[in-house]
Amino acid sequence: MKTITVNIVTPDGPVYDSEVSMVIAVTASGEMGVLPGHIPTVAPLGIGAVRLKKENSTELVAVSGGFLEIRPEKVTILAQSAERATDIDVARAQESAKRAEALLQAKKDEVDFKRAELALKRAMNRINVYEGNV
Amino acid sequence: MASLRDIKNRITSTKKTSQITRAMQMVSASKLNRAEMNAKAFVPYMAKIQDVVASIAAGSNDASHPMMTTRPVKKTAYLVITSDRGLVGGYNSNILRTVSNKIRERHTSNDEFVILSIGRKGRDFFAKQGMTILESAIALPDHPSFADIKEITRKAVGMFSEGAYDEVYMYYNHFVSAIQQEVTETKVLPLTDIKPTGATSSYEFDPSAEAILEVLLPQYAESLIFGAVLDGKASEHAASMTAMKSATDNASELIDGLTLSYNRARQAAITQEITEIVGGAAALE
Repeated sequence: MKTITVNIVTPDGPVYDSEVSMVIAVTASGEMGVLPGHIPTVAPLGIGAVRLKKENSTELVAVSGGFLEIRPEKVTILAQSAERATDIDVARAQESAKRAEALLQAKKDEVDFKRAELALKRAMNRINVYEGNV
Repeated sequence: MASLRDIKNRITSTKKTSQITRAMQMVSASKLNRAEMNAKAFVPYMAKIQDVVASIAAGSNDASHPMMTTRPVKKTAYLVITSDRGLVGGYNSNILRTVSNKIRERHTSNDEFVILSIGRKGRDFFAKQGMTILESAIALPDHPSFADIKEITRKAVGMFSEGAYDEVYMYYNHFVSAIQQEVTETKVLPLTDIKPTGATSSYEFDPSAEAILEVLLPQYAESLIFGAVLDGKASEHAASMTAMKSATDNASELIDGLTLSYNRARQAAITQEITEIVGGAAALE
């Protein structure tokens, strides 16, 4: 089976580097699946899980804010933060989800509202990836 | 001449000081190691982001973005990266001197520019000069992660987009080697000269080149600042190591001198005692 190299890089260092058979990511314009030999493409990523399919397993990486660079034999994901399912601090994620929800309930001004919404999205994404239900 | 006990006291206290400075030197040395590793871990990210930005900029000339266009400068922002504490030799004073000189050269009044400060020393310095400090971040950890400085980078880039200022210069100490750091000036915004690091390839853009730039450019500018912070931290630890090393060296030199005069004083006291005894014995005969 043909494979494609995936690199996930954050400002704090590389997170993931391996050969996979398919990459599925949530881009700004919707979900996008990448197979080996894809045309060179750049797309911005939303907050979501990146699914890395290997022959008989799937790995999940929680990604927020960044973009996807595709070349025929290589996919690079540049994100401001990215964590593999095994590296996620789920207690912290739950904590920040609660905090964000409390902020949303309070309904303050516009800016805070947007920020809380994003924070909640990130936290939920982490929890989902950790639990593997994506 | 100081008494024996005075000299002894000074020797002990100098020794204690030198123990502290030696310990601080070793702490800085290990921090420097980690800071260098952090800076290295950041390189692939920066190189990649630069590649993509450059290939978009080179590929389609019609893709423009407010962050890439130069506009008439009404206000300039100076982003200055210093340390939070002293005991780092000339690290802070070099950078603050350079920035004040530049400001004096370029501006006649304090209304023409604003300061963005990362590090307590810089903030305090510019506040004392009566300059406007728009934003500051202090008490960064020794090994900052991107999340630690995200707040200030986001604001720095955001305020440029909103038009609070029209250009941003960044000053930090570039880490050359453990004994050499250089004050470096970089123009962060607007992004006018983006050079590709390697071979660029042409891409498809989903949904469009403009939309990508919208995401990419703020991230790129923030990364530039984060890179400078990492570089500055490595320099800070290096400067602190060098400063503490020379403090330790000075202390041991001082101790050598003091020990010499201590021994001289001791010998003089013994000689004097013998002379007195001999004198006394002679007087008895």
